[in-house]
Amino acid sequence: MKHQLLAIVLAAFALGTAHAAPVSYKLPDETAAFKPGPNLEVVQNNCTACHSADYINTQPRGEKFKKDFWQAEVTKMIKVYGAPIDDADVGKIVDYLAATY
Amino acid sequence: MLDRRELMKRAGMAALVTGLGARGALALDTVTLPFDNGERPLVKYPQKRPMIGLTSRPPQLETPFSVFNDGPITPNNAFFVRYHLADVPLDIDPDKFMLEVKGKVDKPLKLSLKDIRKLKATEIVAVNQCSGNSRGFSNPRVAGGQLANGAMGNARWRGVPLKTVLDMAGVQQGAKQVTFNGMDGPVADKTPDFIKALDIDHARDSEVMLAYGMNGEDLPVLNGFPLRLVVPGYYGTYWVKHLNEIAVIDSVFDGYWMKSAYRIPDTPNNSVEPGTAPKATIPIGRLTVRSFITNVTDGAKLRPGSTALKGIAFDGGKGIKEVAVAIDGGKTWTAAKLGKDLGKYSFREWTLPVRLAAGSYELKVRATNNAGDVQPMNPLWNPAGYLRNVVETVRVTAA
Repeated sequence: MKHQLLAIVLAAFALGTAHAAPVSYKLPDETAAFKPGPNLEVVQNNCTACHSADYINTQPRGEKFKKDFWQAEVTKMIKVYGAPIDDADVGKIVDYLAATY
Repeated sequence: MLDRRELMKRAGMAALVTGLGARGALALDTVTLPFDNGERPLVKYPQKRPMIGLTSRPPQLETPFSVFNDGPITPNNAFFVRYHLADVPLDIDPDKFMLEVKGKVDKPLKLSLKDIRKLKATEIVAVNQCSGNSRGFSNPRVAGGQLANGAMGNARWRGVPLKTVLDMAGVQQGAKQVTFNGMDGPVADKTPDFIKALDIDHARDSEVMLAYGMNGEDLPVLNGFPLRLVVPGYYGTYWVKHLNEIAVIDSVFDGYWMKSAYRIPDTPNNSVEPGTAPKATIPIGRLTVRSFITNVTDGAKLRPGSTALKGIAFDGGKGIKEVAVAIDGGKTWTAAKLGKDLGKYSFREWTLPVRLAAGSYELKVRATNNAGDVQPMNPLWNPAGYLRNVVETVRVTAA
């Protein structure tokens, strides 16, 4: 049913604009997940409202990308992007990220 | 902004789906980009062929590099996708869409898509390249979207000059910049909305375009349907998608996405010593000159004898003057034959037949634009991983 609807919508696209039909776009389900690790629940509660886990999974790895790197990222999320993260959770999130990625 | 219920629904669905590990339905396969931690799912989205999935919420899709060997125009269904904020407009009624033009103008406007389509249309072929294209190759590595070379594309855009609409509204004396906002927005209240700005003279140069058409079709949803800004020669950050709000202002816009993000070092090469911070920064601007070999991949094994090398080159609007190829690691260079000129903002194809006796080769390609800008032999570095344009190397063996 959903596929049919999408097909109709896309057909309308292809025909051009004489009768522009409303578009209803269906994003695929998310596939990326956070890796298991300490404080996983805190991370899921705080991070997944705004972005998927692959934002974290795909970052560079190695010794230079541990605690300081993740502390800077979490600070950016709070200070720049206004993420409503409790002070008490910040350390837990950084520890999880540094230990898991 | 998403309301909280919708937000929790989307996030919750994601958690549920991934939690069960069941419907990883759309990962068709994986590809491994040539840098550490470069494994990515190949994903299928409506209106798109299988693309390299960087992130899923908001969606970011990279073009598989082989597409660039198929021709100078990047098909709509292969064009890369980049969003910043997760409230992506998914239900769009083109008959109800309105573009608002406001601020320091004599006559504020609200234009429907039909109004815009009635204005005299123009077309331009232009490359849209993400500022962070190729960031994954930065050395030392830097935070951000870890892209290989596929966050770029070249399309024939159709629409109306931004100047036409600004003139209709009547820009007032003292105007300094024009800001652009799209229908996509943040999830959290305090996240800065994605708004970009151009200087007033740039906005009125007759080339900056309000585009509704892409390669003869409507814009795909994920490329900004029904209207996006096209800023020829400039990085994709300025090409605001789902554009529905234009404001003329009498100051320099100080929103986050101009004042703090998308900045490059204010140095002669816009680079700094790798791993260091610049003293001063400026907003990113024009594309640096680049070129690629598209028909031979790194690590390829070729038959000894004649091989026709092929690729693309582009820059920020001076146009490509020369593409040269070296098969000896960069000691001797031979000029390639340039393909059809689709305009100074377009990909320019090139070809060069070479003879490779049995052995190993480092093939290099280097473009020069009409201003004399040449690609550097060694990579330039900046903290955000922007502007990458080092001479590319493809290692092959003939045997």
